[in-house]
Amino acid sequence: MVDPQMVMYEEEFNHIQVVCDKLVRDANALVVFIVDKNGQLIATSGEYEHLDTTSLASLTAGNIAATGGMAKLLKENEFATQFHEGEHQNIHIQIVGQRVILVVIFDERSSLGLVRLRVRKATAELDRIFESLLRKVQDPGTPSPFAEITDDDIDNLFND
Amino acid sequence: MSFINYSSREINCKIVYYGPGLCGKTTNLQYIYNRTNPDAKGKMISLATETERTLFFDFLPLSLGEIRGFKTRFHLYTVPGQVFYDASRKLILKGVDGVIFVADSQIDRMEANIESLENLRYNLQEQGYELDNLPYVVQYNKRDLPNVASVDELRELLNITMAPDFEAISTTGQGVFDTLKAVAKAVLTDLKRGS
Ligand SMILES: Nc1nc2c(ncn2[C@@H]2O[C@H](COP(=O)(O)OP(=O)(O)OP(=O)(O)O)[C@@H](O)[C@H]2O)c(=O)[nH]1
Ligand SMILES: [Mg+2]
Repeated sequence: MVDPQMVMYEEEFNHIQVVCDKLVRDANALVVFIVDKNGQLIATSGEYEHLDTTSLASLTAGNIAATGGMAKLLKENEFATQFHEGEHQNIHIQIVGQRVILVVIFDERSSLGLVRLRVRKATAELDRIFESLLRKVQDPGTPSPFAEITDDDIDNLFND
Repeated sequence: MSFINYSSREINCKIVYYGPGLCGKTTNLQYIYNRTNPDAKGKMISLATETERTLFFDFLPLSLGEIRGFKTRFHLYTVPGQVFYDASRKLILKGVDGVIFVADSQIDRMEANIESLENLRYNLQEQGYELDNLPYVVQYNKRDLPNVASVDELRELLNITMAPDFEAISTTGQGVFDTLKAVAKAVLTDLKRGS
């Protein structure tokens, strides 16, 4: 069914960023990023300045959606882990919880074994953070920033 | 599924262009891409066959500006219109916030339009959405061609719910931004209402 609204707060974002930064170091990775299953980039860490992370996020989500579709046809729940090996760089993709995807890009300075090990640990931590985030979002007491928006605000966006 | 990020102060919304094969979905995105300032857009990604038919999706990230200190970002996707890519179409609809149905105005594409619209309703329902509850607009494309149905006929067949609709020639851009703005506005209005 339709998932609840995806929301990210400062507090959880900072926790997630810490996990990503740590994963870059511990796994000797080039880049770590987290995407939600709809392709929205949540956090990035490492040497990503030269990378088109928005495109990568959308393609990662498309990739996970496609393999998820294949899994369904095989009556599998999902393929939680993927690994793509290139000549110089490799990509490790891990589904975290039900909603987000953890991507690690690494080269010969690291190894699949090390990345796997560190990803497992990071996944457990991220799981906890996203669980608590989800609880917060579902709490009806949490106000939305959109309650305040007026029709004029929306119209102004298009007056250029 | 819009994504509100308080940390980066951004709202992300997903808009999907749906419609039969060759109706002009990819052409809409290409026009938008070509006419948008570099600082307001990201790269356009097209996963297409060698004959330029969409294979999985096109993707174009756009920034529209700020509302109350939140950057509004729209992720535009097209689906592959060819009938046998249905599995891919379902995947692209996941997390959608707004839909544009692009109809091909040519009379001999009317059945394809109707079939695609039914397919859209069905695929949305499978995901727990109802088209009539979603921000939704219709575009009658290819108005420049000779053998096209009248807008009244198109409305009767493809837009009985009277969603906002637009005539377009997406190769020249006519109607392209009007269509996009209408759905973007509907998405934001929906967010406001839903909150
Ligand atoms: N004359 C005319 N041709 C158009 C118009 N819009 C699109 N086309 C042409 O129609 C053909 C198909 O357009 P696409 O944008 O690739 O169609 P699509 O809907 O993405 O097709 P799929 O990817 O197969 O689903 C191209 O040759 C376009 O140039 C239009 O308004 N008028
Ligand atoms: Mg296309």
